[in-house]
Amino acid sequence: MRSNNMVAMILAGGRGTRLFELTKKVAKPAVHFGGKYRIIDFPLSNCANSDVTTVGVLTQYESILLNAYVAKDPNWGLDVKDGGVFVLTPREKDQENFEVYQGTADAITQNIDYLDSLDPEYILILSGDHIYKMNYASMLGYHKIKNADATIAVLEVPLREASRFGIMNTNKQDRIMEFEEKPAKPKSNLASMGIYIFTYKTLRKYLVADAKNPKSNHDFGKDIIPQYLKDKRPIYAYRFKGYWKDVGTIDSLWEANMDLLDDNSELDLADPNWKIYTEDINALPQYIGPDAHVENCFITQGSVILGTAKNSVLGTNCSIGKGAKVIDSVIMPGAVIKDNAVVTRCIVADDVVVEEGVKCGSKNSEHITLVAKRATKE
Amino acid sequence: MNALGITSFEDDTALIDGLGEFRPVPAISFLGRYRIVDFILSNMTNSGINNVQVYCKEKPRNLFEHLGNGTHYNVNSKRGKLRILYGEKPFSSPLYNTDVANYVLNMQYIEADPNPYVIVAPSYFVYSFDFTEAFKQHLDSKADITILYKTTDEAKTSFLGCDVITMNKNRRVTKMEKNRGNKKSRSVSMEAYIMEKKLFIELVNRAASVSSLFWFKDIVADVLKEYKVYGYGVRAYVACVNSLSEYFRINMDLRNRDVLKSLFINDWPIYTQTNDSCPTRFTETAHATGSIIANGCLIEGNVEGSIIGRNVTIREGAVVKDCIIMTDAYIGKDAKLDHVVVDKYAIVHHVKKLEGTDEAPVYVKRRDRI
Repeated sequence: MRSNNMVAMILAGGRGTRLFELTKKVAKPAVHFGGKYRIIDFPLSNCANSDVTTVGVLTQYESILLNAYVAKDPNWGLDVKDGGVFVLTPREKDQENFEVYQGTADAITQNIDYLDSLDPEYILILSGDHIYKMNYASMLGYHKIKNADATIAVLEVPLREASRFGIMNTNKQDRIMEFEEKPAKPKSNLASMGIYIFTYKTLRKYLVADAKNPKSNHDFGKDIIPQYLKDKRPIYAYRFKGYWKDVGTIDSLWEANMDLLDDNSELDLADPNWKIYTEDINALPQYIGPDAHVENCFITQGSVILGTAKNSVLGTNCSIGKGAKVIDSVIMPGAVIKDNAVVTRCIVADDVVVEEGVKCGSKNSEHITLVAKRATKE
Repeated sequence: MNALGITSFEDDTALIDGLGEFRPVPAISFLGRYRIVDFILSNMTNSGINNVQVYCKEKPRNLFEHLGNGTHYNVNSKRGKLRILYGEKPFSSPLYNTDVANYVLNMQYIEADPNPYVIVAPSYFVYSFDFTEAFKQHLDSKADITILYKTTDEAKTSFLGCDVITMNKNRRVTKMEKNRGNKKSRSVSMEAYIMEKKLFIELVNRAASVSSLFWFKDIVADVLKEYKVYGYGVRAYVACVNSLSEYFRINMDLRNRDVLKSLFINDWPIYTQTNDSCPTRFTETAHATGSIIANGCLIEGNVEGSIIGRNVTIREGAVVKDCIIMTDAYIGKDAKLDHVVVDKYAIVHHVKKLEGTDEAPVYVKRRDRI
């Protein structure tokens, strides 16, 4: 924590119900993305690259895999002497009933003792389910210059889409004057990205007070930020420019993967100065067979391609059999597409087998087809 | 296994033109994402050897960087130890830079190791092998020394300069000579030995006193009558990287998936250092067949039957056929390459055609621009 006196807390307890079977057994932050990554690799790598080296990960829903995954902090270079990744799950406490995290703010409140022991000056609240690259150290610099009690990262979205987001109405200095959750008639196009920096001392007071309020939802967006605004606390909007995506649905998860095939996309995973780190899986380089056809794809190690792959993202150790076709699809790690199968506009979940000659998905489907269990001929 | 692992280095019969000028043989990249040394180190740790010494003939920088403290090879960070050792004082002639001389100079680290046995194996052989089997046979047979060998029908073209052994019907080694490529079928010594550490130290000292030019394999050849030296036949895939053409052939052979599967066997991971490269991007103009491709590449052109290392760029219209392209190399627009080995960071630009053969692939130097 030495370098900037800021601790990150990643909210990673969400289920992601709109991802259906993909999150049946794992929490949304552990869902695979971009061939070799998991979604939570993005905030973790951003922390590491921003010199934020003490990272608490707050997990709750189906957390066994996620806990084990993030605990291996050397994967992100977060295994430093005065930092590390700390898994924080709801737990039984003396004099209190065991309760799951009630809301985003409550998740932090329940770990206030842990934060006190670290005694940070600033606290960075992140969400474990967004795809983006961001320098939190720059955001902290902004927070300090503005003498803010809180800084919220915002993204300029098209005004017609603004009613899907939490919208910040600011003055000319970008001080936030009003916060509206999913407004029907948005007054601004500055959408909250769910990324906050708080000066810890102030936040602590508000968290303690909020915990005592039985009417509160114990949520940052619904309770804490409105209370700050009511008390005229200085909160500033930090304008982020670049790629950011909440991959909350099968369609948006597919789209975010497809963005990796777009040369104009702002998300550049190849940038050597801001790498996204992930688990080091032992795998051979990818093998492209003598009769394979590969066109416009993003393919990672361990893949074996004997058939055709077009406009697709292929995960670690997946395989595409002879004569099989994978088109406009996302194949997650370990999935097997057997000979002569045809997969079009699908997400094939990890380790799922598509049997020989089976057809999944369709070129003209409105939505993306999720293949989450063995696909056989009926 | 209660043995110290000693990774030895090659003698001057192994000469990799070009590639070998920039790094020791163990640090040469292999099959896109590996280094040659990855195989012997993975074999040792997978066999339960937790203390490993890697001896380095020269230019240790590359090895230090790649091996680190060995945690990525599964060397336990507390109970195990990976040491990179070399002669810290300069040798008056490279001829004196033998494995034996390096063992003598680092004897204190060999003596201090608590394991009663040693497994010595060189880093320029490529194979997947479980030493525990051979170790068991060594103990059961009450041999003084067990030598791993590979029986091959390719001795006329491969394993040139290696030792070949003759055994009696009890597999006791009776003769050891150089493979000069005059016979097809041979039992090639893999220069991998199992013995008590006490005997190893004794032989090292003896070799040093016989001649300053002696290699460890020379002293083994000298004591065949005196000690019980037995052979252990290895059935797995074995290759020896001792020339540029062999390096090229071995990489090319591994494009065949059956050969590939005989080197990379299930439950026997070959570890290497991760580079956190993103997956490889193939554009709409890309065309790839019969190739092995590492992560982090941008492929816009044609790749046929080639081995492509990490972070390589192949521009539109380029044709790369039966080539080995190493890490961070750049192949410019419309360049045509056939049987070429392109070393790290090299830039091939504005070249119409580079063409080599199986026996003599063209070599493009590290950081070269052509």
